[in-house]
Amino acid sequence: MTTAEAPPANPVGFGRMTRKEDARFVRGKGTYVDDVVLPGMLHGAVLRSNLAHARIVSMDTSAAEAHPKVKAVITGKTLEGLKLAWMPSLSHDVVPVLATDKVRYQGQEVAFVVAEDRYSARDALELIEVDYEPLPPVMDAREALSPGSAVIRDDIEGKADNHIFDWEAGDRSATDQVFERAEVVVTQDMLYPRVHPAPMETCGAVAHMDKVSGKLTIWCTTQAPHAHRTLYALVAGLPEHKIRVISPDIGGGFGNKVGIYPGYVLAVVGSILTGAPVKWTEDRSENLMSTSFARDYHMHGEIASTRDGRITGLRVKVLADHGAFNNTAQPSKFPAGFFHVFTGSYDLEAAHCEVTGVYTNKAPGGVAYACSFRVTEAVYLVERMVDCLADELGMDPAELRLKNLLRPEQFPYMSKTGWEYDSGDYPRALRLAMDIAGYEQLRAEQERRRRAPAPQGAPAPLMGIGVSFFTETVGAGPRKHMDILGLGMADGAEVRVHPTGKAVVRLSVQTQGQGHETTFAQIVAEQLGIPPEDIEVVHGDTDNTPFGLGTYGSRSTPVSGAAVAVAARRVRDKARLIASAMLEVDPDDLEWEKGRWFVRGNPTSARTIQEIALAAHGPLELPEGVEGHLDAQCVYDPPNLTYPYGAYICVVDVDPGTGVVKVRRFVAVDDCGPRINPMIVEGQVHGGLADGLGMALMQVIAFDTDGNCLGGSFMDYLLPTSMECPSWELGETVTPSPHHPLGCKGVGESATVGSPAAVVNAVMDAIGVRHADMPLTPAQVWRAMQGRPLRTDLALA
Amino acid sequence: MQVTMTVNGEQVTRDVEPRLLLVHFLRDDLGLTGTHWGCDTSNCGVCAVWMDGEPVKSCTVLAAMASGHEIRTVEGLEREGQLDPVQEGFIQEHGLQCGFCTPGMMMTARYLLDRNPHPTDEEIREAISGQICRCTGYENIVRAVRWAARHAAAGQAREEVSAP
Ligand code: FES
Ligand code: FES
Repeated sequence: MTTAEAPPANPVGFGRMTRKEDARFVRGKGTYVDDVVLPGMLHGAVLRSNLAHARIVSMDTSAAEAHPKVKAVITGKTLEGLKLAWMPSLSHDVVPVLATDKVRYQGQEVAFVVAEDRYSARDALELIEVDYEPLPPVMDAREALSPGSAVIRDDIEGKADNHIFDWEAGDRSATDQVFERAEVVVTQDMLYPRVHPAPMETCGAVAHMDKVSGKLTIWCTTQAPHAHRTLYALVAGLPEHKIRVISPDIGGGFGNKVGIYPGYVLAVVGSILTGAPVKWTEDRSENLMSTSFARDYHMHGEIASTRDGRITGLRVKVLADHGAFNNTAQPSKFPAGFFHVFTGSYDLEAAHCEVTGVYTNKAPGGVAYACSFRVTEAVYLVERMVDCLADELGMDPAELRLKNLLRPEQFPYMSKTGWEYDSGDYPRALRLAMDIAGYEQLRAEQERRRRAPAPQGAPAPLMGIGVSFFTETVGAGPRKHMDILGLGMADGAEVRVHPTGKAVVRLSVQTQGQGHETTFAQIVAEQLGIPPEDIEVVHGDTDNTPFGLGTYGSRSTPVSGAAVAVAARRVRDKARLIASAMLEVDPDDLEWEKGRWFVRGNPTSARTIQEIALAAHGPLELPEGVEGHLDAQCVYDPPNLTYPYGAYICVVDVDPGTGVVKVRRFVAVDDCGPRINPMIVEGQVHGGLADGLGMALMQVIAFDTDGNCLGGSFMDYLLPTSMECPSWELGETVTPSPHHPLGCKGVGESATVGSPAAVVNAVMDAIGVRHADMPLTPAQVWRAMQGRPLRTDLALA
Repeated sequence: MQVTMTVNGEQVTRDVEPRLLLVHFLRDDLGLTGTHWGCDTSNCGVCAVWMDGEPVKSCTVLAAMASGHEIRTVEGLEREGQLDPVQEGFIQEHGLQCGFCTPGMMMTARYLLDRNPHPTDEEIREAISGQICRCTGYENIVRAVRWAARHAAAGQAREEVSAP
């Protein structure tokens, strides 16, 4: 007897549906970059600097070259000859592919070996002799601008300090006035330490230059294949139509795979020089030490309010540690990304922020980590400041938030720093989170525990409740304001219905696990009534998809989702004209019902989308001006960003003897507009919550003052496991975006943005300390309880 | 040196370097790329396979040490075109996103369920605690294993029905 449940039928449109891509993944049949094998393929390995700051005096590669299995050794000198030693960064700076003059961080690329197999390539690295003259490393961002500091970027003509940029937003004098008048002002310094996205798959590439056709094919761990193609064309002077970037299955991105790393370029150069395909896969230490970090913001916040808790102003000064090269991925106009959304979810009178970027001897990058362009830092700042204010006023933090949240009737809301929030009902989301959590009961329990007499033996755990409310700023972005290296942030999509009524949709964006092959089929299904299993989603291959800037900053659904919806609606409009010819009626007499056009008042007189598709390819005489076939495309230039939001509540128990934090519960209410596939949305939120918990409690890339990276392996860079994560409790509200064709706002990064503050707020609530910097490791919590929290970015003697 | 082992029921013999890791042997020599590699320090577990019925991290085993032993990888989970309930559970409960940790997670889950057909959530979390997932926040992995536990009987029944 079998009792197997019949799987529920897929929705023709939005709704819960298992993922199309899973069939290959659960069988171990995915194709990740390191799974790509080409005939005659060679393997590359990178020699990296062990010093953070040093001049290269000389390099001897002869022994490596003599290794019997080595095919090529590439150094900065080789690249200088090819004019490839430096490449443009994503922020109008330059980045070395291989160091020529100096090394500027530990782990920087110094030489590249191409050999017959992985192990020989690594062996040969040991045979390269580099003579370094050590220079004083600049490891403390707070000292980077001190007059005595070593100058890191002496490659830039005339550069005499480590300053990168000053930038500000908001109204300085209005803000100063608010602060002068304020009844209460609370000031707090806080660090959002350097963290790393650490996707389970490290970065890698397989490059193949076909000498005969002149075509370069690169399989690459990239979240933005089209942008990469254009950059390769610009950097290497290769013709763009002869470059094909394939981003196959990607083992997680989280921003780590947005940029172009030297290893990718070196695989390309290796293939050009040897004539064979070259694979390069970095190891975990290389990934953690050299690829894009996130955050590293030293923030000085001030919040102003009335004595009864009406927040009036916010003022922030930030020192931004960008590492040795300014390579953050931000729209050109915004050197601090979207940090100026730091007024968060509150109605203030005035706000102002200043950000100063500095160079240090650390890895460059600053691409995201599931953070829409520094929104995570902004949300962390404001949500910590609000808790500091609650502490000062002796007010309940949830009550203080409810008092100050934007009200539904204020939308669309123009923030004091120039953002137009699209839609929201914030108090409803917070109240829902409080209901799910049982906020009153939790506070009552906390009160009871605090009053309970101290037990014998081990001290009782300290209970803490943390609240955070976030507004995200995603879906970048309107092309007249936003570009990356001059490429506008609009994305293309194409929808084609085949003669038999099956369809294909081609995307510029790419999945690293978000489930595009399913959700984008559902978007087309919703618009056309074609079942999602009949729709193939093509993505991640520049030869087969339209141009666009890729997947990061939660932009796939807000930008490409809109492009696909619009293209599908164009298909529907065209189908109407064809149906009118088939039914010999005026198009205006036709009405749409999911999957078919029918004659108004006569529903049996109808043509399904499948019948129309066949007719569109057949001998039917088409109406004037209608070309055959059934397809359409769209390049979507978003009119505004989208603003998903949410309310999070975290409950922790802290062991006062050891400082160990246990997250007991975590409630997350998210509003991302309508949910195309609720199962996938929930999965995105779960993952982001674990990310946020990890950053709050465990993860940090710190350095010692000699320049050594202290987070270069998973033994030192701790990621949350199943034991640290609670069973997440989710809730939702739905407030559609008025300007997005589907009302969708994007969700990928929401939980990562919103959750760290909830965890930190909970721990501070438990231990009765106003502030201690992340990560709240047992040592940090214990020290904070003794009134001497650590500085977490540097190991100071 | 020569190694001989049984991989997913088939005997294989290859000449390898003594230092070759089992994970690279499976991936590069046998083309079984379902087993992944994710760290240098034996921390992440995306490389988990079975050796003689016990989960091991294949990045921490030399191919030479596996010689003479029986290896089972993710490619060996499906039997006669029938997905293991664990595989089905990961699909049904959205226990995977990027899929990179998934093969290792499923191998551990199968091991757990073979010994403890009705584990508690705590036991499931404990069983996968040596493996890292960056995408799912673990909740749906726990649900996927629970799904597999619930449907194990049905899965076996299906096998019996389909047997000749
Ligand atoms: S590869 Fe990370 S534990 Fe084996
Ligand atoms: S599904 Fe991506 S690491 Fe687990």
